[in-house]
Amino acid sequence: MIPTQLRQELEQRVAKAITPREAAVDVMKGLQRHYGWLTDEAVADAALLLGLSPLQVEELATFYEMIYRRPVGRVVVHVCDSISCWAMGGETLLRHLEQRLGIAAGATTADNAVTLLPCCCLGNCGNGPALMIGDRLFGPVSPEQAAAIIAGHRESR
Amino acid sequence: MDTILFKNNPPDRAVTFDEYLADGGFQTLRKALAGMSPNDVQQAVIDSGLRGRGGAGFPTGRKWSFVPRDLPGPRYLICNSDEMEPGTYKDRVLLEHNPHLLVEGMALTSFALGVERAFIFIRRGYEQAALNLRSAIDFAHKAGFLGSDICGSGFSLELDVHLSAGRYICGEETALMNALEGIRANPRVKPPFPAVKGLWGQPTVVNNVETLANIPAIVAHGPAWFKALAATPEGSGTKLFCVSGHVRNPICLELPIGIPLGEIIDTHCGGMRPGSSFKACIPGGASTPYFTKEHWAVAMDFDPVAKAGSRLGTGGVVVFDQTTCMVAATLNLVRFFARESCGWCTPCREGLPFVQHILERIEAGHGEASDIDILREHVHMLNYAFCALAPGAMGPVEGMLRLFEDEVREHITGGKCPLGN
Repeated sequence: MIPTQLRQELEQRVAKAITPREAAVDVMKGLQRHYGWLTDEAVADAALLLGLSPLQVEELATFYEMIYRRPVGRVVVHVCDSISCWAMGGETLLRHLEQRLGIAAGATTADNAVTLLPCCCLGNCGNGPALMIGDRLFGPVSPEQAAAIIAGHRESR
Repeated sequence: MDTILFKNNPPDRAVTFDEYLADGGFQTLRKALAGMSPNDVQQAVIDSGLRGRGGAGFPTGRKWSFVPRDLPGPRYLICNSDEMEPGTYKDRVLLEHNPHLLVEGMALTSFALGVERAFIFIRRGYEQAALNLRSAIDFAHKAGFLGSDICGSGFSLELDVHLSAGRYICGEETALMNALEGIRANPRVKPPFPAVKGLWGQPTVVNNVETLANIPAIVAHGPAWFKALAATPEGSGTKLFCVSGHVRNPICLELPIGIPLGEIIDTHCGGMRPGSSFKACIPGGASTPYFTKEHWAVAMDFDPVAKAGSRLGTGGVVVFDQTTCMVAATLNLVRFFARESCGWCTPCREGLPFVQHILERIEAGHGEASDIDILREHVHMLNYAFCALAPGAMGPVEGMLRLFEDEVREHITGGKCPLGN
């Protein structure tokens, strides 16, 4: 069950859309913020709010990079692996973070604190290598700086 | 040198609404609503020679002219801010620093097209840009430059911001419309073109952020003034170049369109970083074939760059030094496109992972002489994909084979990467 306030917010978002499903991405994001990832329950919630079947929501959810259909840690670290960051040492950065966190890219630490995800260009190309945590862009970051930034987020959540 | 888009940007923050107004902001909209017809605005844009800044370079005014004037029902304007072409960050910088320019540009464009509801489709990760834009829209609303009966003219407009959840294909204009409608973002078949049948089946114009941000200056100062901003007599206006890679100072700048490539790198980005010498660059984002030192003097405008074998694309210049292996660089680019393929058509879904596999094999030193022919064949065959993603992906592969064939062959004959990767 989602809190009444969130339900009302999402209902309002759907009501002001030209067609309900226009609000699909906003609704999925809102639910993901609440659950931490887009759980099966969240897919069912979204379907009800949008007047779609759960399968129709699934079709959208699996399409988008930022909609997580599997559990993620409290901190999700997106490390850019596209060309500009690659030229500036992005591969070294990712390998270093894998080592420091003791997980492979794509995985979550055992304490559910951090998920490490390689991702497509963050649009921070002049500041490569770059990474993103939540809505915040960082760059250029050395492997050590990146590890420190992640450690800071880990403590604050 | 006159500039338009970055004219008043403070270095470290956004232009405030009051600063924008004080510098004549929204005066062009006011003037156009009071004394110009929609056709006058469109004609100014046609005469200005403005070409779409999102990558394809299609003449903006002509695109507008395809919208049928007599169809009943609403028509839409979409600002494409799904800037996900690797190496490209100009629209983010523009939105973060002066979102008011986009708001005024969209208002003028909507007036020209008879649009009453317009959308700005922003990629994921551009949360700050979206925040600044939403605030700009609020200010414009309160000041009466958006909403109903703008400046007492009878013209009304609402702007909606749609923040996406991340997929490169959403930048393809028909996929973008599906994404906005809440449908899985595969591209649509063309024709019908969006100008005739677009968002919710209605006439729709899709323009890039930079394109729309140029409109106020064109309407204010006229086509001749805009044309004269270019570095060459054939060009029109300025261009945002966003530079990254092995230069000393990788920044986003507004320069006269048609400026030579070498001047962008040497004069405006401080040259190569210490210890680096120029080997190659991508001139316009991840889907454009490489340039080398022999292209140093090429005028960075749509036609001259095309004539030199590449595309101006987005103006995202990614610079590589002598330590860069061109097979490895191309592999990185192809891997991006293979992952971002939406899976809709077979050539793209199956072809790109196969090309990736061949490049991986060559880079690892297990390539065969016939691999070069296989790659060449795929450069040709992937032109038959459903949309422009797969042909774009093969741009760097084509460039690599044309300009760095010796380096590719060295990988194969030597059984390892000659640059020690």
